[in-house]
Amino acid sequence: MYLTAEEENVLDGEQGETLRKAMEILVALGDIYGADGLIPVKSAQIAGVSYKTIGDAGLEWISNLEGTVKVPSILNPAGMDMLRWKEMGIEPEFAEKQLEIIAAYEKLGISSKCTCTPYYLEGFSATCGDHLAWSESSAVSYANSVIGARTNREGGPSALSAALVGKTANYGYHLDENRVPSVSVVVDHELSGSDYGALGYIAGKEIGNRVPMFHLASTPTSDELKGLGAAMAASGAVALYHVEGVTPEAKQVHFDKPDENITIQRSQLDEVYETIIGNDDDLECDIVAVGCPHCSPEELNNIADLLEGKKIEKELWVCTSREVAQRYPDVVKRIEESGSKVLCDTCMVVSPATEGHNCMMVNSGKALAYVPGMCKVPAKIGSLETCIKRAGGDN
Amino acid sequence: MTIKIECRTIARGVAEGEVLLSGDALSFLGNVDPKTGVVVDPGHAIYGECIKDRILVFPHGKGSTVGSYVIYQLKKNNVSPAAMINIDSEPIVAVGAIISDIPLVDRLDKDPFTIFKNGDRVKVDSTGGFVELMNR
Repeated sequence: MYLTAEEENVLDGEQGETLRKAMEILVALGDIYGADGLIPVKSAQIAGVSYKTIGDAGLEWISNLEGTVKVPSILNPAGMDMLRWKEMGIEPEFAEKQLEIIAAYEKLGISSKCTCTPYYLEGFSATCGDHLAWSESSAVSYANSVIGARTNREGGPSALSAALVGKTANYGYHLDENRVPSVSVVVDHELSGSDYGALGYIAGKEIGNRVPMFHLASTPTSDELKGLGAAMAASGAVALYHVEGVTPEAKQVHFDKPDENITIQRSQLDEVYETIIGNDDDLECDIVAVGCPHCSPEELNNIADLLEGKKIEKELWVCTSREVAQRYPDVVKRIEESGSKVLCDTCMVVSPATEGHNCMMVNSGKALAYVPGMCKVPAKIGSLETCIKRAGGDN
Repeated sequence: MTIKIECRTIARGVAEGEVLLSGDALSFLGNVDPKTGVVVDPGHAIYGECIKDRILVFPHGKGSTVGSYVIYQLKKNNVSPAAMINIDSEPIVAVGAIISDIPLVDRLDKDPFTIFKNGDRVKVDSTGGFVELMNR
């Protein structure tokens, strides 16, 4: 891999140990994937935040780093809402470690706003063709597919390295040739809302890590695309997809028709809706969680409308980023008047607070894929309306 | 006599130790106990072996990316391999080796599974880009 004289100096440790290691990580990844060199990135989004995932070893490594990031950088969701962790039932020992992790990242100049939807936040907007170093799989999928920006699915340490150096290795989805679809997916029935999550849940398993081109009968909103991409990145490893006539590259670039064709039937979606993942019994859901990925302002507003004048009976979590919640205090208030909780900085997948529940109802294909394994809680998917009904909000 | 084998550098450093060959890929998260460095997965080729201070030879890493931090944990607990040799490195082990200061190389000029035996004394000089099989 070609390095400029300045990059070589960094690799030789002339700008300190932290940058030397960061550069060594970028070069190693570049060599492994055959990159020709490093390219500047516009922003970084760093995974490896929840104490539940990185533990003491991760905390120690991050704490030992020095210096400041060179591009706007932000964190993935953490294990708890930084302000309401007690209410979530988080143990004080966990909270203390979690706050230490956040402080260690902040010391490096990284924004402590923990979200999987950085694209809704000030300073993290991206446009078609921008190069990024994002890690969270749904954010990577959204950036590549819905925005048309370019990022690989960075691991925590590699995204952090890219943030510190301000560059990443030029391979994978940064290059035109790897953005070409290799499989078509046809859906000839109408879809809406959580159908896109269920579709992604099914399609991701069949697509694996390839790039699909979707031919859909309906025109999805950007929130629906967010749900589709998040689910495919969880049940499979899809980091980029195109939708004919909808996503930016599908509109701008003429792609040849892929040889392989997958058709997804309505009956396959119905089957996903009818199954509880992680358990064979017909369990009663005792927690309902929406906002995976984190809610957009439009989704929050929609939830507030559906909950208007209702009182819910079960635990209902609405997950979003703190910045979006703070931008719309009235909407948050309308949601919480029903007894639901608007939780920020965290989500139902990465927080230990969901463990011990009987069964979780979600409206997200990604949550459906991860909650049974990562939280040991069986999960069931339903539309947003069904979720609210199940929480007891139909009175 | 010593045999010198050229290789690709992934994580820089120099270390010496006894070879431990694993024909199976390794998921540091789950396969290895971070406290003892013992391989705890009963289905693994080197089940029961301790990787501490060894020159650990395996095809490549696999599994969760949290494996990088498990390698760091092994190092902090003084039970990490002295160096690692892969057929083809992937990001989990590469990142883990770099953050933990463990030399890592791959793509040796000769197949390490043919040329090395368990217990051979080997020096990995990844800064120099070579591996040395010491007096056999």
